[in-house]
Parts: sequence; C-alpha cells; structure tokens
Amino acid sequence: MKTLPWLCAALLAGVSATAISVPKQASAEDTLTVISWGGAYQESQRKAFMEPYAKETGAKINEGEYNGEIAKIRAMVESKSVTWDVVDVDTQTALAACAEGTLETIDWAKLGLDRSKFIGGDIADCAVPNILYSTVIAYDTTKLKPGPTKITDLFDMQKFPGKRALQKSPFVNLEWALIADGVPMADIYKVLNTPEGVDRAFKKLDTIKKDVVWWESGAQPPQLLADGQVAIASDWNGRFFDAVKKDKKPFQIVWDGQAPDYDWWAMPKGTPNLDAAYKFIAWSSQPGPMAEQTKYISYGPANKDAGPNISAEVLKDLPTAPDNMKNVLYVDPQFWADNGDQLRERFNAWLSK
Amino acid sequence: MTAIAENFGLDIAERDALKRRLRAVERGRRLRALALVLPLFLFILVSFVIPIGELLRNAVFDPSIRANMPQTVTALAAWDGKDLPDEAAFAALAADLAAANKAKTIALIGKRLNYELSGIRSKILVSGRKAAQLTQGPYKEAMIGIDKIWGERETWAVLKRAGATYTSFYVLDALDLGLDADGALTPTPAERAIYVTVFMRTLNISLTVTVATLLLGFPLAYLLATLPTRTSNLLMILVLLPFWTSLLVRTTAWFVLLQDNGTINDMLQALHLTSEPLPLIFSRFGTVVAMTHIQLPFTLLPIYSVMKTISPSYVRAGRSLGAGPFYAFWRIYFPLTVPGIAAGCLLTFILSLGYYITPALVGGPTDQMVSGIIERAMNSENNWGKASALGGILLFATLILYFIYNRLVGIDKIRLG
Repeated sequence: MKTLPWLCAALLAGVSATAISVPKQASAEDTLTVISWGGAYQESQRKAFMEPYAKETGAKINEGEYNGEIAKIRAMVESKSVTWDVVDVDTQTALAACAEGTLETIDWAKLGLDRSKFIGGDIADCAVPNILYSTVIAYDTTKLKPGPTKITDLFDMQKFPGKRALQKSPFVNLEWALIADGVPMADIYKVLNTPEGVDRAFKKLDTIKKDVVWWESGAQPPQLLADGQVAIASDWNGRFFDAVKKDKKPFQIVWDGQAPDYDWWAMPKGTPNLDAAYKFIAWSSQPGPMAEQTKYISYGPANKDAGPNISAEVLKDLPTAPDNMKNVLYVDPQFWADNGDQLRERFNAWLSK
Repeated sequence: MTAIAENFGLDIAERDALKRRLRAVERGRRLRALALVLPLFLFILVSFVIPIGELLRNAVFDPSIRANMPQTVTALAAWDGKDLPDEAAFAALAADLAAANKAKTIALIGKRLNYELSGIRSKILVSGRKAAQLTQGPYKEAMIGIDKIWGERETWAVLKRAGATYTSFYVLDALDLGLDADGALTPTPAERAIYVTVFMRTLNISLTVTVATLLLGFPLAYLLATLPTRTSNLLMILVLLPFWTSLLVRTTAWFVLLQDNGTINDMLQALHLTSEPLPLIFSRFGTVVAMTHIQLPFTLLPIYSVMKTISPSYVRAGRSLGAGPFYAFWRIYFPLTVPGIAAGCLLTFILSLGYYITPALVGGPTDQMVSGIIERAMNSENNWGKASALGGILLFATLILYFIYNRLVGIDKIRLG
C-alpha cells in the first residue's frame, strides 16, 4: 500500500504533463470572442457590427453576455486565462480597469482612427468610445395616470404607489436618492464624496427599499413593467425604446434626471487575439456601422462623423436630443472608478439586511 | 507452526518457498483490487480532495502584498507597531508604490488593503502616481504630505499584517470580525456586518424547509407504503416526475406561479379572498415554498423505502394486545421509521444549505443564502479569499452539525431502505 501515493503522484504528473504538452490551438486570427450586455443592445450590435463584419471578413465571432462585472475581467487577467477578446464596458470600468492594468492600452495608430473624432475619446486610454446611453426611469402609461414627470417622483410613494425596479448597484441610484433628498444637481458628487453624504443617500433609499425589485440584467425592467410587477422601472434608455418600438409596449421614458454615460470597446490585457480584436473595433467604429446601429437602438454613436447619417426619427429618442436634456445628471466616472468597489460592497451589505 | 510443518513433512526450505508463493499471489490480488479502485480514488482526489484543499488554503493564503511590496514588508519586519515606522520604511513604501505604479500592479495592493481599510483603494492609486515623482527624501514627510493615511498607525498595522503570506483576515471577516491596530479582535462596523446574519438565515431556511418536507412527506410516504401496489405506483410516478425535472425548470415555474400577476394571485383575487396581490414572490415565503417542493422527494423517498420494509404484523400484534390505533402507531410503527426520517432529513438539510438558484430567483435580497454571497464575492467582488473563507466556514458548520446529528441520532441507524 505504500506505493499508492507514489503511483498517484506519477499518474497525476503524467496527466498534467499531457495537459500542458497539448499544443495550444493556433490562434486563428479570424476567431474572436465579443462580450456585451445582452438583450436589445447586443442585438443591435449583432445586426450592425458582428454579422456584417463576419460576412465581410469571414471572421468567426463568438458572442457572450455579462452584466458589467469588472471582477470578471480582473479574474481573467489575474489568472492569465483571458478568453474574452473584446468587451463592451461602461466608463467607470474603462477607467478603473485601465488604472489597474487589466485592459490593453489603445494604440490609435494601429486602430487607424482619429481619436479627436470620438466624443469622449480623451476620457479613457484603454478603450474606444462606442455609444452614448443614458440611465432613465420609465412607466406604463396605461397603468399610471398621470405618470411621473420628475426623477424625485421615483421616491414619492404617496403620489405614485407601486413597486419600483432599480438596478442592483449603487451606481446612479445613490445620485437619484440625493436629488430626491434635495441636494442640488451640481453638488451631488461633492456630497457623495463624504461619508455623511453616502449615509444620507442610503437613508433616502431606505424609504423605498421594501418596494424595490432589484434587477441585474438590462432585459429585466421592460419585462417587469410589462408584467405589472412594478409601476416605475429604471433601465438604459435603449431597452425601453426597444420595448416600445418592437413590442409596442405603452412605456413612457421620464428624461428628467437622466444619467448619460458612454459605453466603450475594450480588450482585456493579454488577449490571444489582439490583432483580430483591433480589426473588429476599428471596423465597428466607422461612421457607417455606427449610424446603422441607431436603426435598432436609441443610443448616440460616439463617432462624430456618424451624426449626419442618423435619421431625424431616431434623433428625438437619443439621450442628447435637446428636449431630453433639460435636467441631466452628469455622472462622474472618476468618482465611480475610485469608489465603486467599496460603495458596491456597502450597497450589497445594505441589501442583505 | 514448526510442529505442524513437520507433520506435513515439509522442510524449512519448502515451507519458505510456499510462503513466498502465497505472498506473491496475495500481492497480485491486492494490486488487482487496487487497480480497480484506482480510477475512483484518482477521481475523488482530483475532483474533490484537491479542490477542497485549495479552497481551504485560499481562505488563509494571500501573498499579494508580499509579492507587490517586497521592500516595505522587509522594512516592517522589525517594526514594533507602537509608533509610526522609521524613515527607512517610508522610503521602502515610496519605492514599492512607485514600482507598482510602473508595473500596473498597484491596483492589486489597493484592492487588498481596501478590504480592511474601506476607501483606501483610490488613495493608494493616487499615492502611487505621486510617489513615482519623488526623487529624494525625507520620505516620511513626503508620503504623509501625499496622503495623511500614511501618518496613521492603523494603515501601517494593516500593511504589516497583510504582508504575511498567511492571513486570518478572510476567515475573521467572514465571521464579521476584524483586528484593530493593536491586533485585538473587534466586531465589524454594523453597516458592513452581514455574514453572521446570512449564516443564521441559511440555517434557519434549511431547517424550515427540512421540517416542512417532513410534515408533508411523512403522511404521503405512509400512504404510498400502505396503498395497494397499483395505486401506489401511480402516485409514486407523480412524486418522481417532478423529481426528474431540472431544478431550474421547477424554480422558474414557481417564479411564474408566485408573481403579483401570476396564477396564484389571480386566483385569490378572482375568488375575492384578497383585494390586492399578496407579496408571494421575492419573499421568504416564496423561497421556502419553492425549496420545499424541490426537496420533498429527497425527504420522502428514504422514509418510504424504510416503511416498505416494516411488516404490518408488528402493528397488528400490538393492536391484538390491546393498543389503540394511535398508541400502536406511535409506539410501534413510528420508531421503526426513524432511520428513514433521519436519512431523509439529513439529506434535505445538507442539500438546502447549499441552495443558490432558488433563493436568487424567487427570494428577495433579504432571503439570499451563503451560496449567493459566495457567488457575489467571486463574480462581482473578485474577492476569492472571502469566497473561500465563507465556503470553508459553511463546510465546517456542516461537519459540526453532522457530528451533533450523529451523536443524537447515530449515523449507523440511518437507512435508505
């Protein structure tokens, strides 16, 4: 029996040796894994970018979905097993992941694009701006009459009874809570940067906590609204747009207090298909495909040259339409890049109680 | 022995040869037996023992600070922790932060220290950027000038503790405890302390589900065991069909049923039993109902198979000796079913401890169990140390409960049929 451990060790060594010596599959330049946020948004990217690009170049694109978890990118890079080649990230992730070295720094010359042509292009060094979206609230016009008109109505349970659907994240929710608590728009981040300000935001959220259904994927809120499970829901504006346009849902977006932000293409550090990733990002960032995407979802293209190609029909639904810009919450991505981790932790602890 | 060998007329040489042959045959047999269990043994080793060992190690092993701040760790080795460290330690800190800033590993330092000093992450990133500009001392004033956190004893105490390769931090944190600047055990601030609550909640839900499955399963098992075979087989199919259906499918079905505009609420309102929808979904009630439904066969089947082995003549004998129906059931039949009850309840309780999908879908934020928190630590916080510590504690809690259970019921008494 004494031979047993040795036998096992030898066998194990053999097993792992085979595992290591299996030749790594030749990184086919034309195979690419693209990760985005699922639902209507990814559908619009599929129609405007992935499918035409694959058709034109013969590249094979594998798609995946995530809910913006920066931790998944970190884990992949830290364990040196990067399987995502291109990821659609929000600004705070682009900044935070860039600072900690988990994203490739963008070589604009290699991309062959003019950085100055991109709105927000100078904000982050490790990502290429893709679209401008906005976090907004919406309601079902057949169920709430009259409907809410101000972001503060989200917290008004007397005037607008019924459940709320909010993102399971402190992002934007804390800001909205402060607005509702009477903090002027210009001072939001000044207040949120203090421990008392954070306490104050959570205290305001406490007032509606028992009436909130928390969503994680952007596809959930339109469903929750349609099911009548909630009266008011927050989501990214394009998701409501899609439900209205495609499924003819009677939803109305409340643009007051909208929180616009960019989405970016980024590449996790150490991706084995770096060149293919660059090619895909370069192709998708051209004015043509970017304008094409607006046919499917109401997000503003980041390439300024795409602007003239957008139809007037679509323009009025973009977060940047003048009518929609009357009271805007300008999100501070640097604040979230710096404080996101601890606020998310506090938020999760607050949720579980 | 010698006498017997002589009796058989064998001399010493022949006897030894026989012994050797016997040993050779025995060894061959043992090797063959070993070869048969070897695949299983390897499978258990690779898929069970090694991962759990790795998990337990992860809960206490964290070399990130030692690896990314080698000079500071060395400089702090001699620090007594009473006052701020000396100039050499500050110089080492500046050099380490500048190097980490250049190598883009500084976020790993920030991430690790932020676990213990909430909010320090961004300050470390800034300190790194600014430390890279420093060219000469004295570093003490310079670093404190960059950020006053470097003038606080607690920052250094955390840094020194985190510099050790093995740390108790994750395990303590998972029990809502921490160490202060002097190394004394202190409870986690109330706004961050959730783990004890979550562990108690996990035990509470598991226990409720176990009791509910027992109350529902016992009479049903009795019915199945006593009905004529034809009827009981039909009923058995009704029990087994859901049992064979995927857990996810059944949870999703409950999701549909329990909604505010779901079947149950619609029916209650149509019958005018309630005027507005009851909060069935995203609640403790929904979680327990869905889990009970899923776990019912696990409790029921062991009880049923034990009941099948109980001869009806025992109760009949009792009745003929004058026992009433309840007395005969309670004093004769019930004690015979205890091994099955023990097996079924243990199975359900332990499986319930690890539930993840059902509370995540049907429960609200205050119904999340330990598995949900572990998933969050891994996927959205990237804190594998915490995830491992929580997993380890859950494992030990389960083993302790198993031990107590063994003392109370006796594991040898458990029967699955």
